[in-house]
Amino acid sequence: MEDIQLIEATERYLNGTMSEAEKTAFEQLRKNTPEVDQMVVEHKLFLHQMDAYSDHRNLKQALHDAHSRLVDKGDISENGRSNGKAKIVQLWQKYRRVTGIAASIAGITALVISWMVAALSPNANNTRIQQLGREIEQIKRNQQYQGVKLNEVENKIPKGTTLKGGGSAFLLDSKGYLLTNAHVIKDAKGILVVNKGKEYSASVIYANAAQDLAILKINDSDFTTAAQLPYGIRKNSSELGEEIFTLGYPRNDIVYNMGYLSSRTGFEGDSSSYQISLPANPGNSGGPVFNKNGEIIGVLSTRQTQAEGVVFAIKSKGIYQLVDEMKKADTATKRIKLPAGSNLKGVERRQQIAEIEDCVFLVNVYN
Amino acid sequence: MKAESNEQALLKGLANNDTKAIDTIYKDNFGMIQAFILNNNGTYDDARDVFQEAMITLYEKAKSESFVLTCQIKTYIYSVCRRLWLKRLQQAGRYVLQSEAVDDLVPVEEDMDIHERRNAEFSIMERALNSLGEPCKSILEAYYLKKQDMNEIAASFGYTNADNAKNQKYKCLMRLKKLFFAQYNIGD
Repeated sequence: MEDIQLIEATERYLNGTMSEAEKTAFEQLRKNTPEVDQMVVEHKLFLHQMDAYSDHRNLKQALHDAHSRLVDKGDISENGRSNGKAKIVQLWQKYRRVTGIAASIAGITALVISWMVAALSPNANNTRIQQLGREIEQIKRNQQYQGVKLNEVENKIPKGTTLKGGGSAFLLDSKGYLLTNAHVIKDAKGILVVNKGKEYSASVIYANAAQDLAILKINDSDFTTAAQLPYGIRKNSSELGEEIFTLGYPRNDIVYNMGYLSSRTGFEGDSSSYQISLPANPGNSGGPVFNKNGEIIGVLSTRQTQAEGVVFAIKSKGIYQLVDEMKKADTATKRIKLPAGSNLKGVERRQQIAEIEDCVFLVNVYN
Repeated sequence: MKAESNEQALLKGLANNDTKAIDTIYKDNFGMIQAFILNNNGTYDDARDVFQEAMITLYEKAKSESFVLTCQIKTYIYSVCRRLWLKRLQQAGRYVLQSEAVDDLVPVEEDMDIHERRNAEFSIMERALNSLGEPCKSILEAYYLKKQDMNEIAASFGYTNADNAKNQKYKCLMRLKKLFFAQYNIGD
């Protein structure tokens, strides 16, 4: 039997379209020939697969048709055919989680940034620079006031006044003229200057708030005139990196500090002052700034509040300007003679300080 | 009781490729699946594919001899679609189902496995058929899928008689069987 006939017979056998006689003969053949039997089983499986595949395809087609039919009838909607918003809604639904996450990240970032800006940026209303006058709290003020009253044989405190604060000052002239900052003696009703425990009453004879410099005169008969001031006041500018030191009264005892000149200009480019680097505290205001030769190069005045170790000193040139102005305004002060030369050049620092110390005063301001 | 017998009738209709039954099941359930897919990052096309896949699974189940549907058609379709869509989302690397329209899900894993195996078989057959080339593919489709008579085939393909067509069909069938069984292992 040829293969083609065999296949045909097998298909008819499997279809059940064979007559009884044929069927019996075919079954006999299967029994006798294992190859045929095997082929029949294989073909049966194949036809089964074909049928299943056929079913599957037909069903797919039927489903597809049903879908189109129902869409046409309007029983189901698709692609926004009956719903205009569908596409946007769909996009929104697809991306709303992502959008939500992005939005919250953006929100948190904005909050963090605004918090950081608020926390880190200097408040515009705050004074960015701090005058180093000494403000003393109420209690301390009263204690000291009482202490002063008890200890002093002769009470020089102006009547009916309280201690407000103070700073430092230094002698311009051995006749009792002192230089300090204008902000130190602002609104003063009475001034006492102290050196080595001795108090002298003083008065303001000239002040220039713009320059922040003021000249005091000791009016006390107790004050003994020193022969000559050991230091000079420098007329020329000083150079960057120059070693400097200062003496002042951030507390009731004199305090020495040293550092260097950091910039030729002061706060925000102010050319009338230097930036210096040395530790300074409230009470240092009005203190002299010396170079290593014992020449006064400036007057310590302010420090920057937002930065550590940034201190400003008014250039010594300003002292000459101030004294000239004063002499013009008040002829009685013509006798002031600023010390030109320094006797402290090449002298050991301890020696320099010992000599200068007598000329630097604590200023107590009462009002 | 009535609803239950109604569902049984629908499934019977589906198993017999009854258009009315298909339409009814389609109409009653498609909206729910579409909403579910759209709510979970899918498109209209995804909804159609997944739903039709579920319909085929249901069809296979309805046709099998040991067929018993222990739940509503709706629940079954939803369970299958949910599984299918979850799988697709996982393959795409996205996950998270947001809405649970029907709380009672039925276990469909077994049916899904059968369905997947069948799909694999169908794709073997499809690939084998497609690689045959013409006119073999069309002749075999006409004979085995459309169940056409050899005389009709001879006429429509232009053979002078049925015997020649039969001869051609035989050659084509041998090639197809060879291609098919190269991929399909009986032993497995």
